[in-house]
Amino acid sequence: MLTPVTTKNWSRPGSHTLEVYRSGGGYQALTKALSMAPVQIVDEVKKSNLRGRGGAGFPTAMKWGFVPKGTGKPIYLCVNADESEPGTFKDRYILENDPHMLLEGIAITAYALDCHRAYVYSRGEFKKPSAILDAAIREAYQAGIFGAKVLGTDYALDVHQVRGAGAYICGEETALLESLEGKKGWPRLKPPFPAVVGLFGSPTVVNNVETLANLPAIIENGADWFAKLGTEKSGGTRLICLSGSVNRPGVYECSMSTTFRELIFDPQLGGGMPEGRRVKAVIPGGSSAPVLTAEELDLPMEFEALKAKQTMAGSGGVIVMDDATCLVRSLWRVARFYAEESCGQCTPCREGTPWQARLLRKIEEGRGEQADLEMLVQVASSIAPYPPIGLGNTICPLGDAAALPVHSFVQKFKLEFQSHIAQRKCPFGDSPWGHFGAFG
Amino acid sequence: MAEPNDSSAALTPDEQRRLDEGLALVLPHYPEDRKSAAMLPALRLLQSIKGWLPPQGLELVAQRLAVSKERAHEVATFYAMFHTKKPGKYVLDVCTNLSCSLRGAEELLAYLEQKLGLKAGQSSELFTLRETECLASCGTAPCLQVNEDHHESLNRKKLDELLSKLT
Repeated sequence: MLTPVTTKNWSRPGSHTLEVYRSGGGYQALTKALSMAPVQIVDEVKKSNLRGRGGAGFPTAMKWGFVPKGTGKPIYLCVNADESEPGTFKDRYILENDPHMLLEGIAITAYALDCHRAYVYSRGEFKKPSAILDAAIREAYQAGIFGAKVLGTDYALDVHQVRGAGAYICGEETALLESLEGKKGWPRLKPPFPAVVGLFGSPTVVNNVETLANLPAIIENGADWFAKLGTEKSGGTRLICLSGSVNRPGVYECSMSTTFRELIFDPQLGGGMPEGRRVKAVIPGGSSAPVLTAEELDLPMEFEALKAKQTMAGSGGVIVMDDATCLVRSLWRVARFYAEESCGQCTPCREGTPWQARLLRKIEEGRGEQADLEMLVQVASSIAPYPPIGLGNTICPLGDAAALPVHSFVQKFKLEFQSHIAQRKCPFGDSPWGHFGAFG
Repeated sequence: MAEPNDSSAALTPDEQRRLDEGLALVLPHYPEDRKSAAMLPALRLLQSIKGWLPPQGLELVAQRLAVSKERAHEVATFYAMFHTKKPGKYVLDVCTNLSCSLRGAEELLAYLEQKLGLKAGQSSELFTLRETECLASCGTAPCLQVNEDHHESLNRKKLDELLSKLT
C-alpha cells in the first residue's frame, strides 16, 4: 500500500486553504525546521535521496550544495512552476489542490539556504492555479508565515509569484532566470551555473514545484522514512501524469517501483486500455523522453532504471498510444512542438527542428523517400546524437529534447516509417489518432 | 482590426493611472536597482488594460522601467501570450499537442475552423483562432483556452454550448 506524500490532502474539501492545511498538521514541519540549524536540514535532504522532479532527476541536496557561502550577495530561491513539457500536468495539480504544501516547502528550503527572497515562476497559461497560489501566499503573509518574522522568529522571507507568458523554453532554468529578469527567455551558457551566478548575478537555486512539495514530509518524518518509500537511489514517491489512449487518464502518486504495465492496467490507476486495443508505444517522461515499446512495459518508472534503457523518467508525463495510432503522425506532432518552441539561439536547433518537422510531414503525407528517412536521422544527429542522452550540440537541452523522440521512434518503429514510404500514403488513412482520436 | 495608429491604441490618462498603480504593487518585490525585471508583469498589466500591447503602451512601459522601447518590443514579441496586434474579442487557443490529438483535438480544430469560417492563425472582430502548444490539460483532453480560461474534456455538445455564449 502506497504512503501518499504529495497528494495526501487532495481529497479533503478546501484542501487549498490555510485552515484545512493547518488542520492536517500543516506548517508544523516549518516550525521544526526553524529550530534546526540550516546545515541539518541540508543533511536530512541529502539522506532522503530526494531528486529533482522537473525532468533531470538531479539530487536536490547536491544542487543546494553548489551555492557558495559568504559571497556577500543575496541568495535567491526560484521555484520552477513553468510546467510545459507535453504530457505533464502534475505541478498544476499541486498548485490547485495543495498550494500550502509547496509554500511550506519553499519556506523550509529558503531557510536552509539562508535565502530571504523566493520567486515562483509559473507558466502564463496557469490563470486558475496562479490565482489559487496567490491567495495562499496572501494567507501565509497574513498568518505571519511569510514576512519580516517567519512564525515569530527573526528569519525574514519574501515570496512572490511571477507569471510567464507562453514560452516552453522558460522551463529551462537559465531561460527562466532571464525571463524573471524581464528579458526574452534565452538560455545562458554554463558555466557559471545558477548556483554561483543566477538571478541578478547572485547565487540561485532553481527547484521544481513537486520537488519542494516533498520538503515538509521529509522534515516531519525524517530522511530515513522518506528514503525507504523509494528505491536505493531515489527517495519518496512520484507524481505520474497519465494521458493519451487509456481509460482513466489523470495524475497518480506512485511508488518508484511501479511499472508502466501497472500504471496503465491497475483499475485504481489507468484502468486499462480501451476495449479491443493494445498498447503500441509509451512515452515515459514527457514528450522529449525516448519512446518505449509494448515489450518494455515492465520497466519501473524510476530514474536509474529508465536511464539504463537510454530513456528517462523526466517530468513524469506518460503518454500512451494504442495500436490504431499512427506513430509517424504522432512524431510529426511532437517535432512541430519543438520547432515552434525553439528559441532560435543555437543554429542546430533553430534550423534542425523545423527541418525534422518538414521531413516527417512529407513522409506522413505519402511523399517521402527512403532518403528522407535517412536525412531525418542525420538532422536529428546534428542537433543531438543518440544514444546516450546528453550529447546535444546546443546551449540548452531543448536540442536534445527535440532530437531524442525522432531517434527513438525511428529506431524502434522503423517498419511503420518504411510502410508510409512504400505505400506512398499513411496506412491509417483519415483516422491516425487511435481509439479516442475522433471528436464526438 | 485596429492598427497601431488607431486612436484607441493610445492610453487614456485613466489607463495610465491604472498601469502605474499596478506597477507600484509589483516593483517592491524586486531589488531597487532591478526594476526592469518587472517587464513581464508590466506587459501583462498593459494587456489586461488594453486587450493587447499597442506601441504607445510598450513605449510607456519601457519608460517606466527605464529600458529602451526596443527592449520592450523584443520581450513582447518573444512570448506567445502577448498580442502585439489587436486580437479578436475572444482568443481561442486549441491545444493540438500529442495528448490532446490522441483525444480528438485535430478534429476539434477542424470543427472550429468550419464553424467560425476562420483558419488557425486568422482573426475576425469577435474571434482569433490559433493552434497552441501543450496547456497542461493532458489528463482532461481535449482542451480549448478561451482568452485565459481553460475548457477541458470537450465534446461537440459542450463546445457548441460554450460558443453560443461567446457573443
